[in-house]
Amino acid sequence: MLDIKDLHVTAESQPILRGIDLHVDAGEVHAIMGPNGSGKSTLARVLAGHPEYEVTAGQVTYEGRDLLAMDPDERAREGLFMAFQYPVEIAGVNNAYFLKAALNAKRKHQGLPELDAMEFMQLIREKSKLLEIDQSMLSRAVNEGFSGGEKKRNEIFQMALLEPRLAILDETDSGLDIDALKIVANGVNAMRSPDRAIVVVTHYQRLLDYIVPDFVHVLSAGRIVKSGGKELAIELERRGYGWIEAA
Amino acid sequence: MPQVAEKLQPWITALEARRDGGPRWLEDLRARGAERFATLGFPTTRDEEWRFTSVAPIAATEFVPAPERRLTESALEGYLYSEAAHRVVVVNGRFSPELSRTGGLPAGVRIGSLGSAIAEQADEVARYFGRLATFNTRAFVALNTAFAHDGACVFVPPGVVVDEPVQLLFVSDAGGDGPVVAHPRVLVVASERTQIRIAETYVGVPGQVYLTNAVSEIFLGEHAVLDHYKVQEESVQAFHIGSLDAHLSRSSTFSSHSFALGARIVRNDANAILDGEGAECTLNGLYLADGDRLVDNHTMIDHAKAHCPSHEVYKGILGGRARAVFNGKIVVRQDAQKTNAKQTNRALLLSDNASINTKPQLEIFADDVKCTHGAAIGQIDEDALFYLRARGLTFFEARDLLIHAFAGEILDRVQIEPLRHALEQELYAQLARDLAEADAA
Repeated sequence: MLDIKDLHVTAESQPILRGIDLHVDAGEVHAIMGPNGSGKSTLARVLAGHPEYEVTAGQVTYEGRDLLAMDPDERAREGLFMAFQYPVEIAGVNNAYFLKAALNAKRKHQGLPELDAMEFMQLIREKSKLLEIDQSMLSRAVNEGFSGGEKKRNEIFQMALLEPRLAILDETDSGLDIDALKIVANGVNAMRSPDRAIVVVTHYQRLLDYIVPDFVHVLSAGRIVKSGGKELAIELERRGYGWIEAA
Repeated sequence: MPQVAEKLQPWITALEARRDGGPRWLEDLRARGAERFATLGFPTTRDEEWRFTSVAPIAATEFVPAPERRLTESALEGYLYSEAAHRVVVVNGRFSPELSRTGGLPAGVRIGSLGSAIAEQADEVARYFGRLATFNTRAFVALNTAFAHDGACVFVPPGVVVDEPVQLLFVSDAGGDGPVVAHPRVLVVASERTQIRIAETYVGVPGQVYLTNAVSEIFLGEHAVLDHYKVQEESVQAFHIGSLDAHLSRSSTFSSHSFALGARIVRNDANAILDGEGAECTLNGLYLADGDRLVDNHTMIDHAKAHCPSHEVYKGILGGRARAVFNGKIVVRQDAQKTNAKQTNRALLLSDNASINTKPQLEIFADDVKCTHGAAIGQIDEDALFYLRARGLTFFEARDLLIHAFAGEILDRVQIEPLRHALEQELYAQLARDLAEADAA
């Protein structure tokens, strides 16, 4: 589904990613771990098409297509979803209106009819239960005045609505208390499917107790320095990142 | 300054030739206005209140007094927000009885021609007329006063609630007469415990050059609730200078929303005096300009008494080489303890060549008050744009959504549904043209 080859990325002329190779198949859950500044979030944001990064070398293939040649919105409509580490507050744009616009943008792209208000509200009711989304969160402006936990729940709620083929979660666990973490993890686990791949970017192993990965990769100084199964995450929790960076 | 005097000469000549008539007090007031304008002349950019707004194009144009003109109902199409509503139509500064709808109001409520009111209720008009629109330093108000003879008036007797909104429509039509000038006047007296919604709309024939020099005075009695709108949709070749002065008595509520969508040069002064405890004032504004147009909003909220809240949000969207000025003055007098004043000014620049000069001005003489102000000028938020695109909205969909949201904060507060709808249509149509132009550039 996703094939990254020798990816080099700079931001403001500073090299951040220095040769990433990663292969993700449908049905798999991959965890990307690493210390602060190792390039984890950059990788997530480059895959989503954030304009502040420059790809200087390498290829990314998504579903057989050149991902890097696609606009961010085209990537989204083609089924790529990134849950933001810092979801953006958008004053004046009603959250429900935004969700409907996003959902219908994708449906239109797939050649499906747009959902009418009734169908949309029904879908919202169904999905909002899973993530304990309060109705008031839908009538407010997008992320405006949301608590940290509400913002992250709103991200996973969007993911549940948009049903992406490839989901990238950028530090979705940061700033969550244990109850919120469980809600978010439940939401993600409910999305696990043989057709869908999930890439979880995280600093801490804690989230991986609830979203159990098939593969764990450790990023250091812009390269994947170690890959393994879920036991690698546990070892990292026990020993820290020092032994890998030193290696 | 011979050049200035030379430019002023046609105006002085016009002042001398202006027609007389009306009660003595009005004659005296008009004479004082003429005299004051002859002394002040047009403001220049050396004048602090006009630092960023040059009215040289106005001074340089040879305007003739707008002639009397009869329009048919069809000429108003698109400018009336409701066929059924109460309305006063003023064409070229003169009340138009055939286009106005002044019947069917609650007992005692009078709307209609200010000229007739001056003739028939001179004593009542004299109690209010010119009391707020002082012109010691305001040249355009002096000029308006010198020519004052007609316009629109609204009188609401104590305790009356007017359910249906009232539209005051001012139309300019130069016809074949070249640049014309009109000095319309509005007088609103909302007595104690009244409630009314009033929309002033200023329009003209597209493409025509003219000057509208309008003065509005609004008096709110105790516990009066007045919802006011000023919609300026003049021809983009026209000039619009408008002064609004409101006087708020104890526990009255005044909300005024200004929409500036037209004119080559527009200057709006909105002044409110909170002159009774518990009075509450909202001054909001939304303006849109492109090309070489200039929009200048000067507001002044004068907290004269204690326990008064005031709220102010002005927003602008500028494209092309458009320029805007926002000057928001808040005065808190010594007695005005527990004042709570909040001012926000935001502008969205769609082009690199658009600009705004913004200045909050707080003068606080009381010690137990809360005053906040903030200004934000900028481009469209890149992070918000990326967030929306990352959810599948195209660049254009995302950008338009953000711009509409920006304007929506002001539009959503319009309490007259058909007016809000008409404003949305006009604003978004104009925005679509500006954005198409920005994209082509």
